[in-house]
Amino acid sequence: MGLLKLEKTMAYSDKVLDHYENPRNVGVLDKDDPNVGTGMVGAPACGDVMRLQIKVNDEGIIEDAKFKTYGCGSAIASSSLVTEMVKGKTLEEVGEIRNKHIADELALPPVKIHCSVLAEDAIAAAIADIKAKREKQSDSEALAS
Amino acid sequence: MQVDLSSNFFDLFGLPVQFAIDESNLVARFQELQRQLHPDRFASRPAAERRWSMQAASYVNEGYQTLKNDLKRAIYLLKLNDVSVDEETDTHMSPMFLMEQMEYRESLEAAESAADPLEKLDAVRKQLKAGIREQTQTFGQAAGSDNWGEARTTVRQWQFLDKLAREVKSLEERLDV
Repeated sequence: MGLLKLEKTMAYSDKVLDHYENPRNVGVLDKDDPNVGTGMVGAPACGDVMRLQIKVNDEGIIEDAKFKTYGCGSAIASSSLVTEMVKGKTLEEVGEIRNKHIADELALPPVKIHCSVLAEDAIAAAIADIKAKREKQSDSEALAS
Repeated sequence: MQVDLSSNFFDLFGLPVQFAIDESNLVARFQELQRQLHPDRFASRPAAERRWSMQAASYVNEGYQTLKNDLKRAIYLLKLNDVSVDEETDTHMSPMFLMEQMEYRESLEAAESAADPLEKLDAVRKQLKAGIREQTQTFGQAAGSDNWGEARTTVRQWQFLDKLAREVKSLEERLDV
């Protein structure tokens, strides 16, 4: 892809290139599934759009994660990495993920730090979504009983 | 017309501080300022004045580039009103809007591998153009009535469409060879 070639000259780290060329967990989960949390965020600066989804079991552990990102190599790598980081973790643990962890892991240059912010915000939005879903569910269960 | 480097771009060009702009006026004043600041006129002046004229010329240039572009002018107007777009730090957008953006991107991808890519791209481009026109109008109204919250939201969405429109253009150029 022409874009990547261009950006390669900006010295992308091997990890970014690896995630960009072999992105993990690209795809979509059913957003209407009560066990799926969806986070969608966007960065006006670069026009990037990121959708991150997590599937959470009854123990509150993330069983699966998928993403779809339209954006630069760093944005794709950040979301790909996050899907790997969250699997098998609890919502609380995942809520601790900060963009710095992502940026450090991928060795992002300063101008690309905002891509990791996007990934942090996407996971936070997905957590908020699943929590809101579950609260709603327990509310309606309480009403029913 | 005296060039004051501390004045904002609108004042620099003697234009009212508002979104709507008289383009022929902008161009005329830009040319006038360029004439005034032409290096030839400063060639025999002391070094400090020459330096000042170069600084002023680059400020005038920056001002012209900012004001002649609708989106840049909108962002600049927000800044003058102490409204930050937070284009890198605030990632929260209307989910509806983001869904649309995803769909736009998907149709771009699909267009690239379609049998008639340029036709498909043309359709996307027209859609984007209409969207940008709408946002330009919305921004003008919001800014005109000091509704800076709405003006900010509009600019943030407009930036997405602007970026997409540029991508469509470069994709068209790549395919059209």
